Amino acid sequence: MTLPRIEYNHAYLDEQTKRTIRRALLKAVAIPGFQVPFASREVPMPRGWGTGGVQVTAAVIGAGDTLKVIDQGADDTTNAVSIRRFFERVAGAATTTDTGEATVIQTRHRIPETPLAEGQIMVYQVPIPEPLRFLEPRETETRRMHALQDYGLIYVKLYEDIARFGRIATTYAYPVIVNGRYLMDPSPTPSFDNPKLHRSPALHLYGAGREKRIYAVPPYTDVESLGFEDHPFEPQRFSQPCAICGSTGVYLDEVVLDDRGGAMYVCSDTDHCERTAAAPAAAAAAAAERAPSRRAGAYERAHSTRMHTFDEQEGAHA
Amino acid sequence: MYVAVKGGERAIAAAHELLARRGRGDRAVPALESDQVRDQLGVLVSRVMNEGSLYDPDLAARAIVQAQGDALEAVTLLRTYRTTLPRYGATVALDTAGLPSERRVSATFKDLPGGQQLGATFDYTHRLLTDAADDEPAGEGLGTGLRPARPAEAPAAADGHLDARMPRISDLLGAEALLEEHVPSPGDPEPADLTREPTIFPMSRAERLQALARGDEGFLLSLGYSTQRGYGRTHPFVGEVRVGEVEVEFVAPETGEALPIGRIEVTECQMVNQFVGDAVTPPQFTRGYGLAFGRAERKAMSMSLVDRALRADEFGERRVGPAQDEEFVLAHSDAVEATGFVEHLKLPHYVDFQAELVLIRQLRAVHRQRDRAGHETTAGDRVGQSDSIGGTP
Repeated sequence: MTLPRIEYNHAYLDEQTKRTIRRALLKAVAIPGFQVPFASREVPMPRGWGTGGVQVTAAVIGAGDTLKVIDQGADDTTNAVSIRRFFERVAGAATTTDTGEATVIQTRHRIPETPLAEGQIMVYQVPIPEPLRFLEPRETETRRMHALQDYGLIYVKLYEDIARFGRIATTYAYPVIVNGRYLMDPSPTPSFDNPKLHRSPALHLYGAGREKRIYAVPPYTDVESLGFEDHPFEPQRFSQPCAICGSTGVYLDEVVLDDRGGAMYVCSDTDHCERTAAAPAAAAAAAAERAPSRRAGAYERAHSTRMHTFDEQEGAHA
Repeated sequence: MYVAVKGGERAIAAAHELLARRGRGDRAVPALESDQVRDQLGVLVSRVMNEGSLYDPDLAARAIVQAQGDALEAVTLLRTYRTTLPRYGATVALDTAGLPSERRVSATFKDLPGGQQLGATFDYTHRLLTDAADDEPAGEGLGTGLRPARPAEAPAAADGHLDARMPRISDLLGAEALLEEHVPSPGDPEPADLTREPTIFPMSRAERLQALARGDEGFLLSLGYSTQRGYGRTHPFVGEVRVGEVEVEFVAPETGEALPIGRIEVTECQMVNQFVGDAVTPPQFTRGYGLAFGRAERKAMSMSLVDRALRADEFGERRVGPAQDEEFVLAHSDAVEATGFVEHLKLPHYVDFQAELVLIRQLRAVHRQRDRAGHETTAGDRVGQSDSIGGTP
C-alpha cells in the first residue's frame, strides 16, 4: 500500500482560498461593520479556538510582516503561543511580542494598551459575530434586521439592564454602531477597550471561523458604543494601579493570592507591563550590574521587588 | 501564582510529549497499524469519512490512529487535510440501482424485484460480549457470527447470484405515481459545495443534504428519533436500505465523456413518508433521503428522517419540532464545530470574567448601600437579609 504524501501550501491555505478571503475582507472594509459571509475553511485548530482569526491572518500576512499574537492580552497564554508557532512553522513568519514592532496583531479578547498606529492590522478572533444573536437566534431574521437598521431590540435589552440593575450590565462584547450604520459586536473584548476602536488609525479585521463571517472597521472610522443620554456608555474602571509595573488606566487581571480574599491586580497586557516595568528598573539594574535581558528578567525581578517597583512607579504613572 | 497562571511553550511541548506517550500505551504491545484499523474497524472508518467529507479509507484510518481513537479528532484531521486539496468538479450522479448490493432490505414490501439481501449486518446478532476466540465458527456458539469461519466465504455471498438489476423501491412506487417524483431543481444546476461557498440560510435541499452527510451521527440520530416520538412526526417507512459499491464517473473536460474513476462503498436509505395531497394534487407518499460513505446504516437512516422533517415548509406542515427547523438543525449538526466551541470554554477567559467581577462588585456595593439606608429608616427589621443582588446577569 502506498500512501499519498501529505504536503501543505505556504501559510497552509492554498492561494485560491486566500484570494476568496481577501475578497471578503475587501467587501468588509467597504461596508464597515457589515458581516460578510465567507466559505470558512478548516484550519489545524479546533473551531472556536481562533480559526477565523487564523484564516484572516493567513490571508493578509506577507513576507515583510511581523506577527504578534495575544490571548487575554498576554503573549504567553497557551493558545497565543500555539497560534504564533503555527505561523512561524507554516509561513516562516517573523514574530514579536512588542506591540509597536508588530504589523499584524492577532488577538482574542483584548486590544493592546500601546496605542495602535497607521499601517498596523488588528485581527480579532470572534466567537459569535452577530450582536443580535442572543436576542434573536435566527440568522434569516437578524440579517433582515441589519438590512432595515432595525436595532430597537438591542436598546430594549440595555434598557432592561437598567431597569433590573440600575445600569447597563454588559461588560464585554459591548455592542457598537460603526460608521453610523451597522450594529457590530467588537468580539468579547471588555468594554474598556471599546473607546480604542473609535477613529483608530489601524485597520481592524474580525474573523468568525465557525460562524463563517468576516467584518471590519477601517482606519479612522466612527465607532460609537451604545448608551442612553441619562445612562451613557461607561467602560470599566480600576481603582488600583498594576502591582507589577504601576500603570494606571490599563485593564487589570485579578490574581487570587490566598483563600481569604487576598488578591493582586496586574496588567492584562503583558507586553505593556514588561516594557513599563523594565524601563526604569533596567536603568537601575544597569547601574548596579550588567543589565539582564528584557524577557528574562522583567517578571521575576518585578515580582520579587513588587512593592518596591510599585512605589517607584506610582509617581510616574499617576 | 501569577507566572503559573500563564502557559508557555515548554508546557505545551511537554503536554504533547505526554499525549504521545499515553497514546502509545504499553510498548510491549505492538503499535497499531493504520491498515489494521482500515480493515478491522471499518464502521468507525466509515463514520470518520462521512463526517470528514472525504472518501479515503487509508487516510481515515491514519487519522483514527493519530487521534488515539477519538472519532471527532480524527474527523477534524481529515477535514483539515481535505480543505487543502484542489477541487476538480462534480462527478456524474451515482447510479445506486445499477449495481448489485451487498445488502438491501425493504420494510415496505415482503418481496420485490431483486429480492431482499441481508448482507453484513449487526441485526439479529445476539449482543453478547464474547471471548475473541479465533476458531468460533460463524453463526454458531452464541450466534454473534462476527468472525468468518473461512475468510473467503463472506465476500462470495456478495457477488451476484441475485438479479444484477435491483430497481429502487422508490422507482417501483414512483411508477404508479404513489410517491412524489424526484425532480432536480429547475435548470438542474451544479450542486453547491458547502465546504467552498458561504453558508446562507435558507439552504437548497442539495446543501442541506450535504450538511446532513457531514453532520454528527449521534445528533442526527437523536433528532430523527425525536420525530418518531412526536416532535414533527413524518410517519416513516424504510422503503429501502442498501449497502454496496458503486462506480464513480467523472466527465473529464478533455474528452467530454464520462470516465470511471473508481468505486466507493455507500449506504443509501430511501424513507417513504406520510402522504400529502390537496384539491389539485392526489395524495402521494413523500420521501426522505440519506446517503453515506461506507457501512453507515444508522447514519443514512437518521439522515433520511431529518431530511424529510426539514421539508416541512415544502408540504405546508406546521413546524412543531426542532428537527423541522432548518437553522437549528444545520447550525448545530456539525460536531467538529460543536466540539470546538464547547471545548473552547477551557481557554482562558479571565479578561471577560474580570469585567463581570468588576460589575458584580459594583452592583453588590450599591445593593449594600441601599440595604443600609433601608435599615436606618425601618429600624432594623430587615436584619439577616442576604446581600445578594437577587438575580444573575
